[in-house]
Amino acid sequence: MQELIVNGLLVVVAVLAVILQMIGTRANSGMSKKQKVMLWRILAATVLLLGLQVLGAAAFDRLGGAGRWVRLVCYLADYAIIGYDILKKAFKGIHNGQVFDENFLMAVATLGALALAVYENGDYLEAIAVMLFYQVGEWFQSYAVGKSRRNISDLMDIRPDYANIERDGKLEQVDPDDVEIGSVIVVQPGEKVPIDGVVIEGVSTLNTAALTGESLPRNAKAGDEIISGCINMTGVLKIQTTKEFGESTVSKILDLVENASSRKSKSEDFISRFARIYTPAVCYAALALAILPPLVRMFGMGLTADWETWIYRALTFLVASCPCALVISIPLSFFAGIGGASKAGVLVKGSNYLETLSQTRIVVFDKTGTLTQGVFEVNGIHHSDLENAKLVEYAALAESASSHPISKSLQKAYGQEIDRSRVSDIQEISGNGVLAKVDGHTVAAGNDKLMDHIGVPYINCHSVGTIIHMAIDGEYVGHIVISDVEKPTSKQAIRVLKSAGVQKTVMLTGDTKRVAEQVAADLGVDQVYSQLLPADKVEKVEELLREKPGKAKLAFVGDGINDAPVLGRADIGIAMGAMGSDAAIEAADVVLMDDDPMKISTAIKISRKCLGIVYQNIVVAIGVKLICLVLVALGFANMWLAVFADVGVMILAVLNAIRALFVKDL
Amino acid sequence: MKKAYKIDVDCANCANLMEDAARKTEGVQTATVNFMTQKMIVEFHEGKEPADVMANVVKACKKVEPDCEIFL
Repeated sequence: MQELIVNGLLVVVAVLAVILQMIGTRANSGMSKKQKVMLWRILAATVLLLGLQVLGAAAFDRLGGAGRWVRLVCYLADYAIIGYDILKKAFKGIHNGQVFDENFLMAVATLGALALAVYENGDYLEAIAVMLFYQVGEWFQSYAVGKSRRNISDLMDIRPDYANIERDGKLEQVDPDDVEIGSVIVVQPGEKVPIDGVVIEGVSTLNTAALTGESLPRNAKAGDEIISGCINMTGVLKIQTTKEFGESTVSKILDLVENASSRKSKSEDFISRFARIYTPAVCYAALALAILPPLVRMFGMGLTADWETWIYRALTFLVASCPCALVISIPLSFFAGIGGASKAGVLVKGSNYLETLSQTRIVVFDKTGTLTQGVFEVNGIHHSDLENAKLVEYAALAESASSHPISKSLQKAYGQEIDRSRVSDIQEISGNGVLAKVDGHTVAAGNDKLMDHIGVPYINCHSVGTIIHMAIDGEYVGHIVISDVEKPTSKQAIRVLKSAGVQKTVMLTGDTKRVAEQVAADLGVDQVYSQLLPADKVEKVEELLREKPGKAKLAFVGDGINDAPVLGRADIGIAMGAMGSDAAIEAADVVLMDDDPMKISTAIKISRKCLGIVYQNIVVAIGVKLICLVLVALGFANMWLAVFADVGVMILAVLNAIRALFVKDL
Repeated sequence: MKKAYKIDVDCANCANLMEDAARKTEGVQTATVNFMTQKMIVEFHEGKEPADVMANVVKACKKVEPDCEIFL
């Protein structure tokens, strides 16, 4: 029965090898030369083995006394075809003092099985088939890993291949590396912007999806700064470069993502440490399995030693022990996780940060620019006797000479061109406001002190923000509230963070207590510390770090502009809105390409998913291995099961690792 | 000084072994092998000539993993 199964399997392997060989002839198959050669060897060995099996031992017996040895030579030839490189590597390993590796395990196991078979003139099939299936497994592993590695790399590849330079009225494609600062490059619709620069001609819409993960179109016109990696959608743009290619955003991002998996996580360290003790340990265990039980049987229990059984079990034990699934799937999971995250506009600078991110329980926010937009806007108009628009118009005109953020936001709210000729006699009262004549009316716009100053009674405002009282011709006409505007997604972002397992949210700000508390209450932030200087923020974060329970990690989210020290101090620093901001990219561990706070929870969810997969792989790989080893040691499993367990777990783990790449629906 | 080299190695465990071997090579301050991007990043000690050091790194790596390739 078992022979039938094995023969069936051999046929399957042969057919598969032929099909794969055909796939391999296609140019884009991604099969390396090594893999193709290996495929031929697998095919040859399988066919030969099948032939020998069909002939059977009886055919050789007819040759008489020599028959046994002819048969042996045939099988040995087959063994050599499929396994010579393993033997060579095992031998080299011993020679170089690297005794215990998987090649050694396989060589010892199969040679041992062969020796047993020669001794018994029995079944050579097992030793060869084990080697064959091991090689098939290895082949699939290298193909699957190579393929997924390339897929992930391709996905992250936003590298532009060329830049267009205009020479004598013709466009010429050059290597972006060769473009000097200050050159003018042309980007046509559908092309990537290769180098950071300033638009000098043309109007177009840019797709930033490759950078931010969201295809929100951005408009670009002459004078706008433009960053590399965007895709030009509609019109031809002429761009004067302001950086070299190597310093451009796209190169920096690529660099960052490519080197991310070099910063190894604890799980990866654990695995490499584990592998380092595991292989020798298994070898000694196998040795013990071969020697101890027979000795015990002989001397302890007075039974026959049964050496063959125990040596066979020890060899099977060796086959079952290969740690490949573990060693390959963990870094692959992290790599896929980082790749998936960067696709979503979240750059993680290392596997270790992905790991820390997944343990985040406390998120500390900077207020301005992170939860709020950092721009002041007219937020309310109260007690106005005039039309609201009229009031804003007067305010904007009166403040037209000032470059203060407040007057800018008034002008923005007014939304029309300021006609300066309507304004005269502008008188700025420092720290209080402005007096001016607009359309012949005396307009006063400023705080309560200004109102006191000109003796106009005013109505106090309950809203939080900067209040601008207005008086026209000595009569109070209402006030305008200007405040920093929360980002539209901030509230939802905090809520989602909570549901993603974050226990505490804290907001730090330099703003006044009243403003800070209102924003915090509005957004649902748990704790708020206001009126902090930049240095105080570091101190507060340190205090929070001291208070937090052992394993929980603290993440600080800022805009990366003036909070670099805080970003560095937290367990993990997240900078947002980093598109084009080198400082933020430098300072943070995790970089959110756009400034949507929702991305924070996305990043945490991606890291959770990735780490989940890592743990699944660790548990499944080690678990199946251990069960197999126990079964083998007890004699319930043979070499077949051992090889299949090994290859099967490896393929499952690789497929599972690839899941980390898919982060769309998180 | 820090330099990155393209490598060709088949298995992740071998990459780990290469990393170990490179780190132990004289003149190397730290070395990281990135299996996923097939890159080796080597930081050299001050005043060491990368070309000389790398020759030894290649030798050491070949010793632990005969199949590996480092493109200098």
